[in-house]
Amino acid sequence: MALIEVENLKIYFMTRRGPAKAVDDIGFCIEENKTLGLIGESGCGKTTTAMSLMKFIKPPGKIVGGSIRYMGNDIVPMTDEQIRRLRGKEISIVRQEAQNALNPVLTIGKQITEMILEHETVTRETALARAKNQLNLVGISDQRINSFPHEFSGGMKQRAMAAIATACNPKFLILDEPTTGLDVVVQRQILMMLRNLKNELNLTAVFISHDLSVVAETCDRVAVMYAGKIMEESDTVSLYQNPLHPYSKALIGAYPSLKGERKQLKSIPGAPPSLIDPPPGCRFTPRCELAESICSREEPGLDPIDGRRVACHMVK
Amino acid sequence: MAQYLRKTNKLKEFFQLLFGHPMGAIGVAIITLFLAMALFAPFLGTVDPSASGDVDNLLMPPSSQFWFGTDDLARDIWSQTIYGSRISLTIGFVAALITVFSGTLVGLIAGYYGKILGEVLMRIVDFFMMLPELPLMIVLAAVLGPNMWNIILVVSLVSWPTTARVVRSQVLSLKERPFVESSRCIGASNFQLMFAEILPNVVPLMFAQAVIMITEAIYAEAVLSFLGLGDPTSISWGMMLHSVFESGVIAESYWWVVPPIASIVTLIVSFSLLGTAVSDILEPGYKEKKGF
Repeated sequence: MALIEVENLKIYFMTRRGPAKAVDDIGFCIEENKTLGLIGESGCGKTTTAMSLMKFIKPPGKIVGGSIRYMGNDIVPMTDEQIRRLRGKEISIVRQEAQNALNPVLTIGKQITEMILEHETVTRETALARAKNQLNLVGISDQRINSFPHEFSGGMKQRAMAAIATACNPKFLILDEPTTGLDVVVQRQILMMLRNLKNELNLTAVFISHDLSVVAETCDRVAVMYAGKIMEESDTVSLYQNPLHPYSKALIGAYPSLKGERKQLKSIPGAPPSLIDPPPGCRFTPRCELAESICSREEPGLDPIDGRRVACHMVK
Repeated sequence: MAQYLRKTNKLKEFFQLLFGHPMGAIGVAIITLFLAMALFAPFLGTVDPSASGDVDNLLMPPSSQFWFGTDDLARDIWSQTIYGSRISLTIGFVAALITVFSGTLVGLIAGYYGKILGEVLMRIVDFFMMLPELPLMIVLAAVLGPNMWNIILVVSLVSWPTTARVVRSQVLSLKERPFVESSRCIGASNFQLMFAEILPNVVPLMFAQAVIMITEAIYAEAVLSFLGLGDPTSISWGMMLHSVFESGVIAESYWWVVPPIASIVTLIVSFSLLGTAVSDILEPGYKEKKGF
């Protein structure tokens, strides 16, 4: 059964020049214990989509349509108090820039126990024992429970964030660029830690990144986003081996590969379109090599092909 | 504060740091001296400070019998100075406690709930800030009567808006910090965000404010008493200055003027030193810089 089902989700940012369609009519499912990757350029709506899964959209952003079902329950009409009880307990998040996401004047232990005490009625001792267990789980010695964030390295802070996020055994974890700002060696350690955590706690996850190699390593399925739309959704292996959508091809072509022949990296000409006044038809048309007249007239649907979904007139 | 220190579970370390800080060490030493003075006044004061002495001993300069000399009623000035510290310290601590507690609470709520509630609270704060401090203190003290508790009330009433403002501005910045958003993301309630996440970040500021408030309260007491609005039955440094001014011998009797002024100045300066030291120490990372 799908743990998360998103249908026709529309999130607009109400600007003075009109609504910016940051996320425009997208839909996807995440099966239990699977990880969905969300990739795309900056500003394509990845983070907005991910944050909407815990209904965390700050004004002027607004969910204007669609539904987000967590275990069958739509969270869009929920009240603030209802959604607050879900956050952290059922749906949790590890955000980027852990250095700023930890409270500088509270010890790590305090921050984990507080999180547990907020959501569950357990004694302080139990919470403390669980906090120690959490630290061990993410690969930090429980002797560091009374350390302050500034006494941790960047990688350790990110580990601590993961420990806090999963302290209440959530079912669903949002990973918003959890490795951004870390060097590759630490990135790898963090990815291993997250994978370990995911297996240990039976987590379902959505993984946001613009680093294609990180996504390839961690995700079961991948959705490629462009200008607020999903362009292609596929299992990871097929997407990387045989991208169907011209944008996916371009994105993967713009990324260096360690193996295989040494090719000149191709950049995608042009810039992403305005989200307030997007081009008619397919939003990628102005930058697409394969574009024909139909592309700027009709918007392509996200049609299924061999267990994948692609939104392109030229792929049929 | 106690909770903040218990959390670090390093009370001993805190005092080590405090004594390692030159300003802190000097401040603590002087304040301890004054506290001891207030506490052991009956043993230190040679005679009853309010008891008039022998007519022969009016306005005596310092001597072996009267260390700081006597006033125009032949009362011992040394004893008066000792007993005066009681009033100043009590008023300072109590007024600072009330001011910082209420100011922080209002600032926290106003800063956290920006919109209507915050605006309404801040307009109330503005109202109290706009009140002319000294005339208000004089009027209130005159209306409520000369009594130590009324002075505390008056001082608190005019001082809390400053703390509220300072705390609010800090909270406004803190609530936009990523760690607050992160906590909200993992389900923290408004109450928890305010008191468990934001408040600990304001603690150093509260200390700085508390110290300012202590010094202001001591100063205000001196001013009110000097103007004749203090409690005439108790002896304070302000009352001493009032008496010396009233007596008309202020130009001749330096021994009567210097002790209260020197006491006020020394106490205020030492609290300022302590305040600087404490806010330095409570800043995360200070400990490491000092090699702890």
